[in-house]
Amino acid sequence: MTKPLKQHLIDPEICIRCYTCEMTCPIEAITHDDENVVVDFEKCNFCMDCIPVCPTGSIDEWRVVTKPYSLEEQFSWEELPAQEDIPAGGGESGSDTSIEALDDEMAKLLAEAHAGAGGRSRAPATASKPSVNLYTISKPAKARVAGNFRLTAEGSDSDVRHIILDFGNQSMPVLEGQSIGIIAPGTDASGKPHLPRLYSVSSPRDGERPNYNNLSLTVKREDKGVCSNYVCDLKIGDEVDVTGPFGSTFLLPDDPQARLLMICTGTGSAPFRAFTMRRQRTVGTHGGSMTLFFGARSPDSLPYFGPLNKVPNRVLSKHLVFSRIPGAPKEYVQDRLKVEEEEIAELLGDENTHVYICGLRGMEEGVEKALTNIAESTGVEWISLRDAMREQGRYHVETY
Amino acid sequence: MADTMNVSYDTLIPNNVGLSSDRRVLKALEKWHPGYINWWNDLIPENFQKSLVYLRTAVSVDPQGWAKFDYVKMPEYRWGVLLAPQVENRIIPCGEHYGEPAWQEVPGEYRALLRRLIVIQGDTEPASVEQQRFLGKTAPSLYDMRNLFQVNVEEGRHLWAMVYLLHKYFGADGREEADDLLRRQSGSEEAPRMLGAFNEETPDWLSFFMFTYFTDRDGKMQLESLAQSGFDPLSRTCRFMLTEEAHHMFVGETGVGRTIQKTCEMMNEAGIVDPYDIDKIRALGVIDLPTIQKKLNLHYTLSLDLFGSEVSTNAANSFNWGLKGRYRENKLEDDHRLKDATYPVAEFDGKQITVRDVNAISAINMRLRDDYTEDARGGVRRWNQIIRKHNIDFELALPHEAFHRHIGTFSGAPVSPEGLVISREEWDSRRDEWLPSKADGDYIQSLMKPVTEPGKFASWIAAPKVGIDNKPGDFEYVKLHMA
Repeated sequence: MTKPLKQHLIDPEICIRCYTCEMTCPIEAITHDDENVVVDFEKCNFCMDCIPVCPTGSIDEWRVVTKPYSLEEQFSWEELPAQEDIPAGGGESGSDTSIEALDDEMAKLLAEAHAGAGGRSRAPATASKPSVNLYTISKPAKARVAGNFRLTAEGSDSDVRHIILDFGNQSMPVLEGQSIGIIAPGTDASGKPHLPRLYSVSSPRDGERPNYNNLSLTVKREDKGVCSNYVCDLKIGDEVDVTGPFGSTFLLPDDPQARLLMICTGTGSAPFRAFTMRRQRTVGTHGGSMTLFFGARSPDSLPYFGPLNKVPNRVLSKHLVFSRIPGAPKEYVQDRLKVEEEEIAELLGDENTHVYICGLRGMEEGVEKALTNIAESTGVEWISLRDAMREQGRYHVETY
Repeated sequence: MADTMNVSYDTLIPNNVGLSSDRRVLKALEKWHPGYINWWNDLIPENFQKSLVYLRTAVSVDPQGWAKFDYVKMPEYRWGVLLAPQVENRIIPCGEHYGEPAWQEVPGEYRALLRRLIVIQGDTEPASVEQQRFLGKTAPSLYDMRNLFQVNVEEGRHLWAMVYLLHKYFGADGREEADDLLRRQSGSEEAPRMLGAFNEETPDWLSFFMFTYFTDRDGKMQLESLAQSGFDPLSRTCRFMLTEEAHHMFVGETGVGRTIQKTCEMMNEAGIVDPYDIDKIRALGVIDLPTIQKKLNLHYTLSLDLFGSEVSTNAANSFNWGLKGRYRENKLEDDHRLKDATYPVAEFDGKQITVRDVNAISAINMRLRDDYTEDARGGVRRWNQIIRKHNIDFELALPHEAFHRHIGTFSGAPVSPEGLVISREEWDSRRDEWLPSKADGDYIQSLMKPVTEPGKFASWIAAPKVGIDNKPGDFEYVKLHMA
């Protein structure tokens, strides 16, 4: 069967025929008749220029289709057809028609990363609408390296890097919590080009530097890791092929009063750096509370140890937890969660709280166990609380 | 060189015109600025000034940057001066200078008319904010309140846009005109706004929606034709304003649509089939369709008056001198000079309506008005779709161009909405069938109860299908101060 395609459409019930999109489209892919304004599948290249200029939101409609709707079909619509069920190949129950990512590989990676939430993830109710898949393997964005700093102490056995990528005049709108893909040059053992590797963005939506078209990543050098070594060795000025953005659920609520409980290890801190900076740049100390549990082996292997300590406690309540301090007992994030049981229970009981867990897959079990204990000590069954929070877009897991 | 795409914040006035290196204009604008802030602060009730409103602000004029959404207090909204990027080698698109390079400075011989065009456009912008100043208090939802304030701050920005042109290109008399834009007041006895429709009250929210649909659409047509000006800074200013103006069209079309939707839903629910069963329909707390038609008649005809006389020397000069083009001039395929072309114009001789061909250049106003009517018809068609979907036998229609007019050939002519010339007596006796009566106004006023709980709406209007910036239904678009 033919591979499903993503098609850009306009909702005729919402559109007011102002033709602003048509005037904005740089390649004349949008046209209209007396009834409807429509997008030509053959021409549209997903440049997204028309999206922000639409006053109604009717332009931001996408369908996964096996056969694209023709212009004539679109002209005849009084309403937009619903997303059709598309039977998947390979005996699966049905294709995922959500759009965390359209590349099959990236969608699969994100589905695995979010599996720990125990069900289908949802974005926070007040999250901004993310852009996804603007750049693909065949049409990557070209970023320039604008900085590469080691975040961990020179002597530490963990080499974690802060990488700044500049996108020049290409549009790369990323929200806090989204990821981008990086394509390492060269080919794998079987001679195929490398697939992109996903990295969570660690800067807020207006850039590592406000209103510069750049973003930052937090990348740990993995022994024999093709992409991580490539990224950690990048020099200023190098050109990098980037895909994405990806992810439409692990996002920051726009409501400045939402409370955030963030639990991470290692480079899982990347999205939380972005969350914190977004809050600092927008509401400063006037937002809802933010609480961070951050685990590492030791202070000198904890990314952003210095800058993090400079964030005032009234903005971010910090619990830095270490498992390899000579002479001290091993402590993991789940241990500290139990110590702070009362604070956590209060947060879990507040409908304004959003929980985020990000880091190595190994942390999931321990954290989940700790949260189970804490919830149940207040007489609440954890699984049903978790599932309810997830359905409301308030419980998010991204592990790898 | 100034970065003309992104907005620079190195002065009090955000701009992409390199203000920081243009001391003369910067100083003039900084002098004008406090008067503007005073005007704004006097206008909008204080508790709204202190509320956080979820507004969009332009941070650059390229597609990615012009609609950034965030909570702001209105007095802290970044009003500023934004021009669309300069098109290289742009030509004068019409008239006797057709094909010559577009002017980057004011053409001396046309200075007075050009200034007048800018002043008239500028005068409408603050006027509508003045007309709508009390509506916040009766908003049918936080969603609608936010839309009102978005329209208001953007009208404010459009005033800035015109004031910039006056300061930058018209010296001392430009500065004086800019001050006068803040001195005149909508509805004022001694210093009214320049155009009639902008001195009318906007007494209720249905009027507001009709105003944004019909009257702001006149604004859109004027901006479209000024965007075709041979004076490039005016063209660039208006091109950027048009992207914002689209939001005002949206508020109008969906506001009226949602009002109709709710009426139809309630009629269906109550099993009322006859749309003229007005008492029963009003008992449901919604606005009956015949009254909506009357409101439409009123606002559409007031807006037609804004196009001026059908045959006009001023309009002819504006076109011929390349100061103002036709709607989508650059997409039209003719000689763009219209020396020998004609255009059909309707006339009233006191007895009957006739159509005659006149020189196309003199009929520029008429042509723009026809383009306007065509544009306005689309939304009426979509409103009728809503009524049809509810199986109600009623159709809204635009009245005849000669009905209820105060400017041009039909001024004062006793013509029915269908276009029949009737006696003065008959017209007067049937006025309340066609235009909102005092009782209609009182009824609508009685529905104007504010609703400030997120996600809730007043009885007479349906919820929108899509939130602003894709926000969910119960999103708190306005965080009311002291609520």
